[in-house]
Amino acid sequence: MTRPSPRKPPPEAHEIRPAVEAKDFSFWYGKNQALKRVSLQMPDRQVTALIGPSGCGKSTFLRSINRMNDLIPGIQHEGDITLDGDSVYRADQDVVALRKRVGMVFQKSNPFPKSIYENVAYGARVNRITSSRSELDELVERSLRQAALWDEVRDRLHSSALGLSGGQQQRLCIARALAVSPRVLLMDEPASALDPIATQKIEELVYELKEDYTIVIVTHNMQQAARVSDRTAFFFMGELIEVGRTEEIFTNPKVEQTEAYITGRFG
Amino acid sequence: MTTIALHRRRILFSRLMLTLTGIAAFVVVVPLLLIFYYLVTAGAQALNLDFFTQLPAPAGEAGGGMANALLGTFLLVFYAGLMGIPIAVGAGVYLAEAGNTKLGTFVRFIADVMNGTPSIVTGIFVWAWVVLMMGRFSLLAGSVALAVMLLPMVTRTTEEMVRLVPRELKEGGMALGFTRWRTTLGVVLPAARSGILTGILVALARIAGETAPLLFTAFGNPFWEWRLNEPISALPLLIYQYAISPYDDWHRQAWAAALVLIGLVLAISLVARFLIRNPYR
Amino acid sequence: MPSATDSSPALPGGQRPVPPPSSAPGGGEGGRFLPSRKKGNLTDQFYGMILKLFGLTLPLLFVFIVLRIGQEARPAMEAFGFAFITSTEWNPVLREFGALPFIFGTVVSSFLALLIALPLSVGLAVFLTELAPRWLAAPIAFATELLAAIPSVVYGLWGIFVLVPFLRFTVQEPLSRRFGDTIPFFEGPAYGFSMMSGAVILSIMIIPFISAVTREVLAAVPRSQREAALALGATRWEMTWQVALPYALPGIIGGAILGLGRALGETMAITMVIGNRPDIAASLFAPGYTMASVLANEFAEATGELYLSALMEIALILFGITILVNIAAQALVWRVARRGGAA
Repeated sequence: MTRPSPRKPPPEAHEIRPAVEAKDFSFWYGKNQALKRVSLQMPDRQVTALIGPSGCGKSTFLRSINRMNDLIPGIQHEGDITLDGDSVYRADQDVVALRKRVGMVFQKSNPFPKSIYENVAYGARVNRITSSRSELDELVERSLRQAALWDEVRDRLHSSALGLSGGQQQRLCIARALAVSPRVLLMDEPASALDPIATQKIEELVYELKEDYTIVIVTHNMQQAARVSDRTAFFFMGELIEVGRTEEIFTNPKVEQTEAYITGRFG
Repeated sequence: MTTIALHRRRILFSRLMLTLTGIAAFVVVVPLLLIFYYLVTAGAQALNLDFFTQLPAPAGEAGGGMANALLGTFLLVFYAGLMGIPIAVGAGVYLAEAGNTKLGTFVRFIADVMNGTPSIVTGIFVWAWVVLMMGRFSLLAGSVALAVMLLPMVTRTTEEMVRLVPRELKEGGMALGFTRWRTTLGVVLPAARSGILTGILVALARIAGETAPLLFTAFGNPFWEWRLNEPISALPLLIYQYAISPYDDWHRQAWAAALVLIGLVLAISLVARFLIRNPYR
Repeated sequence: MPSATDSSPALPGGQRPVPPPSSAPGGGEGGRFLPSRKKGNLTDQFYGMILKLFGLTLPLLFVFIVLRIGQEARPAMEAFGFAFITSTEWNPVLREFGALPFIFGTVVSSFLALLIALPLSVGLAVFLTELAPRWLAAPIAFATELLAAIPSVVYGLWGIFVLVPFLRFTVQEPLSRRFGDTIPFFEGPAYGFSMMSGAVILSIMIIPFISAVTREVLAAVPRSQREAALALGATRWEMTWQVALPYALPGIIGGAILGLGRALGETMAITMVIGNRPDIAASLFAPGYTMASVLANEFAEATGELYLSALMEIALILFGITILVNIAAQALVWRVARRGGAA
């Protein structure tokens, strides 16, 4: 499942301005510290993969970027995450506007029990992006095309999204996220519940989407991280152990724990 | 910019609506607080030793108590439980064990429909059955009416509690060579005991406060009574009778009786809540 | 409550004392019975029959209720036929019996109650599940459970001495002075004891049921659905209104119908505040009468076979309406349960 076209080596982080940057970010659930002073730059229009064993904090970190953890009582944080230099955690941050700039795709596909069309149009409707029917039609089509789903659903846009296959549902959720034109796309193990063919489609999609979006993807699957990402960050017990160009992390990790994880000695 | 204005409007609207839900919560809680406020202030004033020891005074005369109604409520609930609980628990076990058959589904459906039967209809049914048959109002008729109300309630809670018993426990019994009935009696029911008891207590609390089914069955009685074939008084009946009377002293006593009745109902409910916390004690 | 604690050993038919499970393996009672295989089959068959008998009690009782009341209602059905439910004349002295005012009162008071209770219940449920911190949500939830435990007659008592005067002097009289001439709903003198008071007390009584069901179905909305909406930039209210509530809607409707069923059959509280006059009036301030109330008030004093029979027919109609409403609610709840199970 390697890409047919040879890729040019991605530039180093400092060569591109980071779209998302964490600075000494720590996070607690009650008394439980889930993240310990994580500093990480996620460069513009690149795919950053977060890997590590279960409970290492990678999902918590991902959900901290669009403040999805806000709903959980008893959380606390220190340090900051910035989006294009704008502090995500500043006191007067408008989380609703923030989440519009940061799209998210979840581990389990979660389409609304509505039609395919309404699912994609939802974000545009709540954000009042457009009120004209034809513009909305256009937006829905464009988003579905971007998510490589258009050809499969063009004839049944108004039938229920729950009738789609698992892989299609997940691509629908990606289209739904894209429809609000986010700056960053967060993906939390987007293919973990899918079969290999559906997984491959999602991976190809990620590869194409980075033309326009900055992508942060959490994955359990190291081959997947190797296939889709430009940079890989290895988390362990709430700490960021190592980050670098994906090839380097996978071929020549500098830290022993990273190597142990990648070669499958734990996790 | 208009998009910013729009965005701010959305957020303000969200805050407004969520505030309204808070107000709804407040509006719901206020009557409760008011009811308890009046019960405690008006009820406590009229509550004295006479209330628990004396018979009701004749209409228009001050003083007297509701001792016979207290006994009546106790007897009515006791006999209703005696008649209703064994059948209800049996029916509940039946639903838990055979509830997926066609007949079981039908029985459950009937139980749910009976749970929604207006209590006054139950009272009239028992009048047309027991009272007509005996030719008089009686403690027995009142108890039957309450038992008819209790039956579907306890049946359904028992079913749910028995279903909660882990399958391994049943299989454990079977594996020891128990027959089905011995597994049920020896393993399943003891395991579900506190849950079933909770359901029973909730149902008893509920029927203890019922008035409508007693109007034409137990009927009421100004004197001491404990025989099954005589009409008998009950706290809810007296509250009703006193509340719609023109006498101030009776109004006071109605509040007192309501306080006692609520105390009784809440005490039983609280015990039930406590049991719920430890379902497998 | 001795009846409660004594209940379980007396179970199926009170056969025999139950041996404690510990003494069972090996069968301490083996000698008293036939060889064990056969015994197991026989007693199990017997046990199954007894259980079925218990189960069948409910349908049998149900049929018996319908038959008994139906039988007693027959003279009235024969005497008045269909006109019974279309006639507004209720005059026991002249032996004229038309149930329409009672049907009207029951239906109108219950729907008004639902109209008041539904938004409050949903608001309360949303507040408790989406907004309130735990320390606030728990006592409020407990308080609403208490509301459900208060006996009907206590609501009635409170209604007579607190709610009715309050509605009369602070709500009805100002409204009547202001709009009495223009809006028919606010017409006429403010008695206090009125359709409005009945509806308000009913709504207080059914709020706990509707809000409990709503809370349950809201809590069952998957977190992924809420997160999907939030991640797309929905506000909290938009998430609730556009995603959580629609997802929970069938359950909420089921809860509302259950609440309606309760309101329709409610007797004591509404009898004590609705005014008990068999008129059909547009005004909310006018007294009304419900089916349950006329039964409570007149049944004990009904003289003559026809009078009693007419009341029996009202009981039958009331029973029929509540059965239909409950069936509707059950059907909805079942549909929701099946959908939940499949998902």
